[in-house]
Amino acid sequence: MGVVGQIFGAIPIELIIIQTVNGIVTGMILALVASGLTLIFGIMDVVNFAHGELFMFGAYMGVLVFAATGNFWLALIAAALIIAVFGAVLQVVTLRPLIGRDPLNTILATFGISLVLQNYALWQFGPVARRIPEPLNLYFQMFYLQYPWYRILIAVLSAAIIGGFWLFLKYSKFGVWIRATTQDRVMAQAMGIPVPLVYTGVFALGAGMAAASGVLFAPLTGVSHTMGLDWVLKAFIVVVLGGMGNLGGSVVAAIFISLLESYASIVVDPSEAVIVSFVVLILTLLFRPTGLFATPK
Amino acid sequence: MSAVAADTSAAAISAEPLVRVDDVHTYYGKSHILHGVSLTVAPGEVVGLLGRNGVGKSTTLKTIMGLVQPSRGTVALGGRPITGLPPHKLARLGIGYVPEDRRIFRLLTVMENLRTGLDRTGINEDRRRALLDKVFTYFPVLAERRNQPGGTLSGGEQQMLAIARAMMLEPKIILLDEPTEGLMPRMVSQISKIVEVLHNEGVAILLVEQNVPLTLAASQRVYIMEKGSVRHHCAASEISVHDPIIKQYLGL
Amino acid sequence: MTTAAPMEKALPLAKPPLLSHTAAFWSVFTVVMALLIVAPLILPEFWGGFLTEILIWGLLAMSSDLLIGYTGMVSFGHSAFFGLGMYGAAAALLIVKPANLWLAIVFGLAAAAGAALFVAYFSTRLRDIYFAITTLIFSQIFYVIIFTWTAVTGGENGLIFSRPRLSIPFIYSAPFTPHTMHWFVLAVVTASYLILRRITQSPFGMVLQSIRENEFRTRAIGYPVQRYKIVSVMLSGLFAGLAGVLYALQKEFAAPDFVYFLTSGEAVIYNILGGVGTLVGPIVGAGFFQLARQFLSQYLGDQFPYLIPLGIFFIAMVIFLPQGLLGFARRWLNK
Repeated sequence: MGVVGQIFGAIPIELIIIQTVNGIVTGMILALVASGLTLIFGIMDVVNFAHGELFMFGAYMGVLVFAATGNFWLALIAAALIIAVFGAVLQVVTLRPLIGRDPLNTILATFGISLVLQNYALWQFGPVARRIPEPLNLYFQMFYLQYPWYRILIAVLSAAIIGGFWLFLKYSKFGVWIRATTQDRVMAQAMGIPVPLVYTGVFALGAGMAAASGVLFAPLTGVSHTMGLDWVLKAFIVVVLGGMGNLGGSVVAAIFISLLESYASIVVDPSEAVIVSFVVLILTLLFRPTGLFATPK
Repeated sequence: MSAVAADTSAAAISAEPLVRVDDVHTYYGKSHILHGVSLTVAPGEVVGLLGRNGVGKSTTLKTIMGLVQPSRGTVALGGRPITGLPPHKLARLGIGYVPEDRRIFRLLTVMENLRTGLDRTGINEDRRRALLDKVFTYFPVLAERRNQPGGTLSGGEQQMLAIARAMMLEPKIILLDEPTEGLMPRMVSQISKIVEVLHNEGVAILLVEQNVPLTLAASQRVYIMEKGSVRHHCAASEISVHDPIIKQYLGL
Repeated sequence: MTTAAPMEKALPLAKPPLLSHTAAFWSVFTVVMALLIVAPLILPEFWGGFLTEILIWGLLAMSSDLLIGYTGMVSFGHSAFFGLGMYGAAAALLIVKPANLWLAIVFGLAAAAGAALFVAYFSTRLRDIYFAITTLIFSQIFYVIIFTWTAVTGGENGLIFSRPRLSIPFIYSAPFTPHTMHWFVLAVVTASYLILRRITQSPFGMVLQSIRENEFRTRAIGYPVQRYKIVSVMLSGLFAGLAGVLYALQKEFAAPDFVYFLTSGEAVIYNILGGVGTLVGPIVGAGFFQLARQFLSQYLGDQFPYLIPLGIFFIAMVIFLPQGLLGFARRWLNK
């Protein structure tokens, strides 16, 4: 107790609270990105390496639409829709031909897609980061910081989108189709559910959610062609921790990981804080490979 | 064959059968499972498919349902060739499938299981209501448990659900794979009744079973398979449980 | 009715092939070797160095082929082994004076082997996708460590050093020239190929291939599958590290960029392009990729994102020609 008390005593409580808030904010965005990824894996066994690039492209689309209209919310919706359609096309052209083949083929294909998209972004938009200004220029006082309301807003919005998505899955016709296909794609087909169409739809949904996260996140740090890489790695960790295909699990895991990294950033440099996530992942793979937060089926 | 049976068979063959399986060969990888299976099912007819374990009865149903593609031979529905069509199209064309292990969606509620077949284009609210009412009348236990996850149902209840789910498609024919397997005798007689009810509604049934008495009682015609092909075919009325043919092919 | 298998008609005696397989294989091998030896003498210096680099990347991809093509495991961890081979060699060349070639190789191999053991221990417990993701994460772990531990690894800027002398005890000692560098690399890569070929054709290699075909059944028969996988990853890591050592010798620097998982990704691309399960296919794949890149930047300018058309080509290969350019020769190369 002595040592722990000393460690915690040395860190001001305000810092811990600030980092908690930060962790939750990033966690919600990560949850939004990871939801799409885990859903795609759960339903069609596809590890979408390109998910981070869909996030990045969403952000760029947001930049373009914002530049044209000056409206952040329009940019958010437009980017999500555009990338959703783009995702659908991508799935039909490159992933549908691979259905039924060894799942490692899809890892390779999506890896290839991520390379192409990254380089395309670099070519089209250049190496200099773009910005989307925050749609909300209000701040509140959190201890000694001027904390932007915008951050709270993104967390709430992300939660809302995920919540809406959960409702969609639970009650709508397409939601039932998705859940049935995820559980038993053969019987889903035997019940008349057009499974190839469901696959495309889910991929589009996942892409749209990734794009939305990209636009929401953009005002925080700026948009660059490499922003997808960091996120896709974290998203993978979240998906493994939460249990592949488990929506609720990935939300919890996302917040958990983000909080851990937030706290770690108090003591070490943020670029090193990421090692914490890696360590948690390794431990999980060793002891609970089905996921830390996976609900037992 | 007796004259009556001959008439029935002739009648069954001369009218265009609902389902015609013609010289189908199916492989699982390198294993040659079906060696030229041919059979027909007339509209509204109950046809039994008997045989020991592993002779290819389930594979025949799966081939009709498009879950496996035959390497040779054709399947036709109402005269129209359907070989090679994906299962979801066949379900929409009127083939219902109740597999051997039931395979209900365990994490979906009973109601959601039914919805997978009920949520179709071209079905209005009234018809939906009517279908649900009918199914809940036949299977009151499903009405009771309508909001429970399918995985919490007992074996017999899951079988009911699997059949009810297929009925949601308003199919012309239902492929029933060993519905009485693992069920208590009380449930077995329930299955018998359901088959009869469906038959009275004009739904054709292709019934794969190991329970010979039930099959002979419920069907108009039976096929007997061995080692991947049809060895015997007759009206159900002209054969009994003690018939030497039954002993030969089913080892009873 | 059962169809009895028709009696096999006795085939007329096939004419024996002109050359036995062994003769044919070694003839082709000799011809290719001769070409590769002579190449730097005929080609302009730039292309000579280019060819040398292709061989090095080819070695990296070949090490990856042991996993993908023969054991059926896709790994993104090779960048870690490659990078550690690089840094290991750098360490030897910077710490031990006078700079010793063989010490550099030993250090590099040891570092790579250590990393491979570490990665293998954790990741081989998992199948398929989880394995791929875990190896990727490990690459990133090493990347972050190397990137941030500036005191030891030079951080972002990496390490610079000079080549040791090419010294074969009692026989030869002189500084490397581009030609001797090329021949040295060629010798190492060729030896690696022959060793890997021997391994894949040995009983051990057969078990690996059986794991690739049907891991479940292999385990059911009684093989300690995980142990085989660990050895496979370690061997793969060793040769990847060797490639790293060669790269360090060739370029005279070590940088963290190579440890980023994208390098493993490129190796996997070479595998697919050239043909998995062939060992030489990846070298061909590396050559194809580098040449294509060279030509694209020559005719379309340095700024042209060559990875876009190459990436699209790669995706097309995965969909339409997953067996790769040399896929047709896979059986022949493995006999």
